Amino acid sequence: MSKDALAAIRTQVMWNRLIAVVEEQAQSLLRTAFGTITREAGDLSAGVYDPQGNMIAQAMTGTPGHVNTMATAVAHFFKHFPQSTMKPGDVFITNDPWLGTGHLFDYVMMTPVFLGKKLVAFFASTCHVIDVGGVGMSAKANSSFEEGTLIPHSRVRKEGKLNEELLSIILANSRSPVEVRGDILSLISANDTGARRLGDMMTEFGLTSLDALAKHILRQSEKGAREAIKALPEGEWSYEMPLDGYERELTLKSKLIVKNGKITVDFSGTSPASLFGINSPRTYTHAYAVFGLKAVIAPHVPNNIGSLSCFDLITEPGTIVDPIRPSPVTARHVIGQMLADSVFGCLAQALPGTVQAESAGPIWILSLYSAHGRVAPELTAKAKRFAVINMGLGGIGGRPGKDGLATTAFPSGVGTIPVEVTETQCPLYFKRKHYLADSGGAGQWRGGVSQRIEIASTEDAPFAISAATFDRIIHPAQGREGGKPGCVGAAGRGSGTKLPDKGMHIIDAGDSLVLELPGGGGFGKPHKRDRTAVETDIAAGLVTVAAARKDYGYEG
Amino acid sequence: MAKTAKLAADIGGTFTDIVLEDGAKRWSGKVLTTTHAPELGVIEGLRQVLDASGLKPQDIGVCIHGTTLATNALIERKGARTAFITTQGFRDIIEQGYEKRFDHYDLMIDRPVPLVPRTLRFEIAERLAADGSVLVKLDESAVKGLSQRIIAEDVKSVAIGFLHAYAHDHHEKRVRALLTRLLPKDVTICISSEVAPEIREYERFSTTVANAYVRPLMASYLYRLRDQLKEMKLSAPLFLMMSGGGLTTLETAARFPIRLVESGPAGGAILAAQIAAECALPRVLSFDMGGTTAKICLLTNGEPERARKFEIARAYRDMKGSGIPVRIPVIEMVEIGAGGGSIARVDKLSRITVGPDSAGSTPGPVCYGRGGTEPAVTDANLALGKIDPAYFAGGKIPLDEAAALRALQKNIGSRLGLKDFWPAAGVTEIVEENMANAARVHAIERGHDIASCTMIAFGGGAPLHACRLAEKVGVNTVIVPKGAGVGSAIGFLRAPVAYEITKSAVVSLEDFNAERVNKLIATMTADARAVVEPALGKTRPTLHVIADCRYVGQGHEIRVPVPVKKLARTDGAKLKAEFERIYEQVYGLRIPNQEAEAITWSVTVSSKAVKPKRAARAAKKAAPKPRTKRTIYDPALGKQVQAPVYWRFDMKPGSSIKGPAIIAEDETSTIVGANFNATINSLGYIVLERSR
Repeated sequence: MSKDALAAIRTQVMWNRLIAVVEEQAQSLLRTAFGTITREAGDLSAGVYDPQGNMIAQAMTGTPGHVNTMATAVAHFFKHFPQSTMKPGDVFITNDPWLGTGHLFDYVMMTPVFLGKKLVAFFASTCHVIDVGGVGMSAKANSSFEEGTLIPHSRVRKEGKLNEELLSIILANSRSPVEVRGDILSLISANDTGARRLGDMMTEFGLTSLDALAKHILRQSEKGAREAIKALPEGEWSYEMPLDGYERELTLKSKLIVKNGKITVDFSGTSPASLFGINSPRTYTHAYAVFGLKAVIAPHVPNNIGSLSCFDLITEPGTIVDPIRPSPVTARHVIGQMLADSVFGCLAQALPGTVQAESAGPIWILSLYSAHGRVAPELTAKAKRFAVINMGLGGIGGRPGKDGLATTAFPSGVGTIPVEVTETQCPLYFKRKHYLADSGGAGQWRGGVSQRIEIASTEDAPFAISAATFDRIIHPAQGREGGKPGCVGAAGRGSGTKLPDKGMHIIDAGDSLVLELPGGGGFGKPHKRDRTAVETDIAAGLVTVAAARKDYGYEG
Repeated sequence: MAKTAKLAADIGGTFTDIVLEDGAKRWSGKVLTTTHAPELGVIEGLRQVLDASGLKPQDIGVCIHGTTLATNALIERKGARTAFITTQGFRDIIEQGYEKRFDHYDLMIDRPVPLVPRTLRFEIAERLAADGSVLVKLDESAVKGLSQRIIAEDVKSVAIGFLHAYAHDHHEKRVRALLTRLLPKDVTICISSEVAPEIREYERFSTTVANAYVRPLMASYLYRLRDQLKEMKLSAPLFLMMSGGGLTTLETAARFPIRLVESGPAGGAILAAQIAAECALPRVLSFDMGGTTAKICLLTNGEPERARKFEIARAYRDMKGSGIPVRIPVIEMVEIGAGGGSIARVDKLSRITVGPDSAGSTPGPVCYGRGGTEPAVTDANLALGKIDPAYFAGGKIPLDEAAALRALQKNIGSRLGLKDFWPAAGVTEIVEENMANAARVHAIERGHDIASCTMIAFGGGAPLHACRLAEKVGVNTVIVPKGAGVGSAIGFLRAPVAYEITKSAVVSLEDFNAERVNKLIATMTADARAVVEPALGKTRPTLHVIADCRYVGQGHEIRVPVPVKKLARTDGAKLKAEFERIYEQVYGLRIPNQEAEAITWSVTVSSKAVKPKRAARAAKKAAPKPRTKRTIYDPALGKQVQAPVYWRFDMKPGSSIKGPAIIAEDETSTIVGANFNATINSLGYIVLERSR
């Protein structure tokens, strides 16, 4: 075998190893995290960067909103802490929504790695902590100042010594200081784990710098992305999506421009920022818009700054996709996780017949609290205090050749939290959690079905729910290529009343919270659906006979 | 009469391997698996080894058995018609799963299809809270109606899984008791609190359902086998190999057959562990290739990694997350559909694909002449000259080389414009590349450097492909042990009798309730002993207790060894100190002033391990004369070469030959690549070393 071929194999091995290192970093975080949203649902990310702050590899464990935002977050630290001032043992932290991952709940932790005295890489990780003060996991604040405590770019560990003063400020401003401290230490140790493994790897391969490897990775990834973009037809395609919004309905406008081997998404004309916390900072907008494009155009090209840099974005400051400080942003994924469907709307015109229908969109974060301080004190006199999170996940759109996946997060990469785990943490219990009939949009390939979840208290006490992220209650996921929309979502009480808005709501003692998640849109005309598939759905109770007659022309 | 002989039988998807050992003497045989009645293959193989050895059934003191029947039933969906009964409102948990995409960017992924369809998932009114208090009373009156539906649906097996049953099992037990009276005798019932009493409903239910799904099949097979052995006057106790590497009784195996998945591969890992100890190998890549799949397992300092979760039947591109999760003790390994029977095809993009589907034993590869029409890996190996038909399975399975060549030409060659042996070369190259990729990914995921490992190759197929695989992954040394063709079965004979019981019970380490823990461990120990003792006889068992601990508020645990003694209140602090020591070792720091708790307890009762002999490099001896010569294709050279064929047992310790060569034996052949030297060590193992 020639020398070049051997060198190419060695590079490939080192690249794989780097991915294994960040995967271990992410697993370490998942296994040590305190917040259920991190440890059970996987709301986290981890990556390695070159000394200039370019992301060269990311872990598969994690979620796109974190991964792609972190791609740029690291370089922002350098304005305050130039690389030349960093020392071994230093760790840096921020939760700035505009310069981090889009809301105050995500702490970004960055650790420089030294080989001897030489800075050779950075590790960064992020996870969603349970509480950062302010109004909590709610969209009702009107400015980011009310949403909690912002920690600007700071040094949380200096040459191995924790900055206890900074930590005490963070913890003093959280309702769950124990869990937050645990998660911050987990982030620090995850980066340390990555750094140790990278050190081992560099020793083993006799590397004194990652520069050549980083250059190779970024060049190859960029090349892969460029080739995929070149294969697209040139042109411009526009799509407009109506969104539920908070205080009023919104419009999400996108235009996809493919020209001269370049691809751009232009969100000009999109609604001005909301008064409430559903706005998506530009970094988060970029993350999900690019995720949507990449999943269709270049799914197997590795995700790093090389491939991500091939996708351009145009936004107008002051809109829901580019809010300016101090617009509130806590529930930014309500807008952000609509962006994949938005760019799919354009791509479906560029590549007819190949793009899946719309999905349930933003994950419904079930932020459940005891009612202390929200109702008359005598009602909670004997009640336990708690703050827990679970997930409400709807259906994914029907796909060319396959039904949409039922009750699965998309485009988010998180999963659900086991009922038994939540119930060991608080006095709530799930009365039901099951598929919802007729929720998947009709089509040749049916939209993914959604679910109904009902939650009550085991105590004779009220509890509170934040409806900040309950979306697609007005506007359903649309079908594609003749497919029908999925069902809209619904949020109400067992006693019959609807939750009126995205605010915080009380469920009275003895009552229950009833949620119906949105279903995925259908793909292709329903009458083309295979008759056996229609009958199987009826037998399983996923489609009722009445709906089958109406939607599919079923004659049974 | 001294019952000194030991018998091992390993049923794979394609072959049934039998090994009989008496002191230092060993006889082995390979027969085709009789899928419709697997015990027939065992009996046939047993007769063969008895004939060869001159021993009688009465000379056998113990029988050890492992089988992939449960795994195959799950992969091929050939288990019993199963119903699932669960808490009202939760029948979709086993289908909803983690509600997570296992690949972010692939929009076409499929999630595992549950073993029980929605139409056979029944709900019953009952609900216990996490603390065991009754939120909804069990509706006993509904059980009768349920039983009628189960009978009407012709269900043969029932799984019961209620929320929080990992700690509070009375509703599950009550429904089982009621159903037992109402259902026909041949309907089996499994409850989640017995099969996998661990928190997290999806994984517990999934394990219980999988157990129920394979139980009728496995139980009836195991008892049939016992009866047939008895008819042969073989009355020695029969033990089953489990996926965690321990042995258990037939009765336990028939109740919890899910613990038998991967039992064959576990035997292989035990063999690899023994060889690693004999040859003092710190890092080992064990490569076990049979007729249906290839298994790759990593061992450090002679120990394979262990886990408590396993995924069966990964349905989407073999991807992690696309299978059915089961919580059982397992030896960590990766298994891919690449065996001698794996079928080769050309896809739409004119690429050769191999597996994961296998021709199995019926019809088998084309060359078996049993009706197979699609070429398999064995056909390719035959066409390349790597298999000598005279030796295959001891010459007992005749091979039709011309038919193999015709099928390869028709299905592969003619579609790609390849002639002669080239279609076969393409097929073996692809299957070797598939295995190399799986090995690399597995090593990386586990943080191992594959190139620093020594490969141990066994199973009928591995010695044919080991040199090429070693070249692909950068391994320099390969060991082919004695009896390589039936390696897993030999591993069975080295396995300890062991049983592990696991139970969730949250105990604070600060406010340590020693009495509760002592009681729990005592019960679990008694249960595990009851399983193990019939197999142990008079030998004293060893006891291992592990507490899975974490800081309060975390969701994942690390394993902390618990001293085997009566625990006192102060032992809580000692456990915490040990927990924090390991935690710091793994994660680099401690979390000061944070309370810790134990979540899950596991007790393993096992027989003591025997220390193996050390191997050495034998004094140099002259190489024997080759028996014959064959033309084989050498992939590293990219051309056909003349290779001498040596009979393995002509080669004495210390003798050494240069590749290319073939070292033939009854159950397999070792292909010595052009870049390799083969030496026989003091234990008779072939040591292949790559010249750089």
